[in-house]
Amino acid sequence: MQYHDIVIVGGGPAGLAAAVAARKAGISDILILERDNVLGGILNQCIHNGFGLHTFKEELTGPEYAARYIAQVEEENIPYRLNTIVVDITRNREVTYINREEGLVTIRAGAVILAMGCRERPRGALNTPGYRPAGIYSAGTAQRLMNIEGYLVGKEAVILGSGDIGLIMARRMTLEGAKVKVVAEIMPYSGGLKRNIVQCLDDYGIPLKLSHTVVDIHGKERLTGVTIAEVDENKNPIPGTEEYYSCDTLLLSVGLIPENELSKGAGISLNRVTSGPNVNDRLETEAEGIYACGNVLHVHDLVDFVSQEAALAGENAAEFVKRKASQAEADAAADGEKQKNAETAGERAAADRKRKKTVTAEERAAADGKRKKTVTAEERAAADGEWKKMVTASEAEEDAQPAHTDRRGHANGIPLIAADGVRYTVPQFLETDGMRDSVTVRFRVADVYRDRYISVYYDDQLISRKKKKVLAPGEMEQVVLTKKSLAEYPQTERITIRTEVE
Amino acid sequence: MEVRELTCINCPMGCALTVTMDGGSLTVTGNTCPRGEDYAKKEVLSPTRIVTSSVRVNGGTIARVSVKTRTDIPKGKIFDVMKEIRAARVDAPVQMGAVVIADCAGTGVDVIATKSVGRA
Repeated sequence: MQYHDIVIVGGGPAGLAAAVAARKAGISDILILERDNVLGGILNQCIHNGFGLHTFKEELTGPEYAARYIAQVEEENIPYRLNTIVVDITRNREVTYINREEGLVTIRAGAVILAMGCRERPRGALNTPGYRPAGIYSAGTAQRLMNIEGYLVGKEAVILGSGDIGLIMARRMTLEGAKVKVVAEIMPYSGGLKRNIVQCLDDYGIPLKLSHTVVDIHGKERLTGVTIAEVDENKNPIPGTEEYYSCDTLLLSVGLIPENELSKGAGISLNRVTSGPNVNDRLETEAEGIYACGNVLHVHDLVDFVSQEAALAGENAAEFVKRKASQAEADAAADGEKQKNAETAGERAAADRKRKKTVTAEERAAADGKRKKTVTAEERAAADGEWKKMVTASEAEEDAQPAHTDRRGHANGIPLIAADGVRYTVPQFLETDGMRDSVTVRFRVADVYRDRYISVYYDDQLISRKKKKVLAPGEMEQVVLTKKSLAEYPQTERITIRTEVE
Repeated sequence: MEVRELTCINCPMGCALTVTMDGGSLTVTGNTCPRGEDYAKKEVLSPTRIVTSSVRVNGGTIARVSVKTRTDIPKGKIFDVMKEIRAARVDAPVQMGAVVIADCAGTGVDVIATKSVGRA
């Protein structure tokens, strides 16, 4: 079976940044697998500007941002396969893919980086009544049709959901000559960036109706209109507020879901809030040597943060591969070299050969063992249960997950707990062994809050708090934990991140 | 005297700004920080935008090449620029950064390709 040190699943912004970082960390044998016919992922269709302000200190369009990373991948001669879809990943890092040239191939990886991105929540998830006429698109699909394939998707549009893609498409359709009548948002606030509301809606006089949703879809063959109604605080439509809008197009911008079928197949537990894998501070999933980054891990607001996160995953995967190699070398040296002068060239070659053997022998044994197990249902249930405990730990202290758990793959992990308006954290665990000097913890809040603190607690000890004038679910927030501060509290059993009023 | 209402885009706060124009003088209220005042003045006196769109490609691997105005243009010129962009055609191959429309709609600003498109 073919072997590569690092196999990266996905050639979008996360996969590219991970590959470049892994190469810079000294790994030469990397392979990127991409299902599209080009690298760059979704950036290729995001032709608007506003990317890269953090990374490159200039405002780029999506394709330009992707091109910067693709250029680095080409410069470093990192191999990639296009039109190649990964169909299976196992916990012991066997990756199976299909393409037209090679057919079905299974390869073995020293480390795997999951960078599959996310997909849009479809109409079926909304339970909106009505027929299924032509003319209803997810916003991203419409974006691809317009920007790459060159179709004007419609002439009169209504947009449901005020996520950034919906806002961007409102402007895009307007510029191409369509009439965008309204953007309806079920929440009392927009999920998009302020800048997009101003520059995509206000600039073109497109109304944004908060606390409104589509309650009926009209038209049998082709969409003829939608009914929009106001919703109460429980998101139930208020009778009497219905309003009819004629339109031939309805765009849905109603959320993104990390695409984790492969992760699930590998038996990796997913977080119920992020829908991405639970990871430690090295972005390693529960499965040893399998890392995750970008929108497959949690949906980001800015691609710049995806690149940062992915670079970290790439560096850590590189470290893992190197550590494994030196371990194997040390093992080989220990049992093989009893006489002195082990440093001659000939013997080193012998050790090398032995190392290779050791690696395969070890890994094959492990693989065999795990293949038989393939993570039983009970194990998965147990993992879920533990996670449930963790989430509620801040409320019920006696339920708190003990630190230094023997939870497989996350040994010695201190759980990070999201509480009081913080919806989740990434990472979910922090492993003090081998922790970097600082760890960036990213999260989102549950609602729009004004004048709140973001506070970090080690157990019940307040460590830091930062005042924020405004917090919104549409914007990712972060706190930085330092090794130094954690060293002052070596007994810490859990770290809590919460918002506080005062 | 003229009054305009704006939303500041500098940060998630999204301050509701009120700009009062009285002859030559401008006063901004509702801002929390100086960035709000700068933004409001620019928006009222000379608002500009970068326009991004796509242009049809003849004989390319994909149907359209993404484009942008090289720098920002006056906001009032957006639809003039779009009119030229929608009428434009380019032949593959197109290199990222290549000028697709020179001096678009009399703005003095070129429209350039933001991706490369190969020949089919």
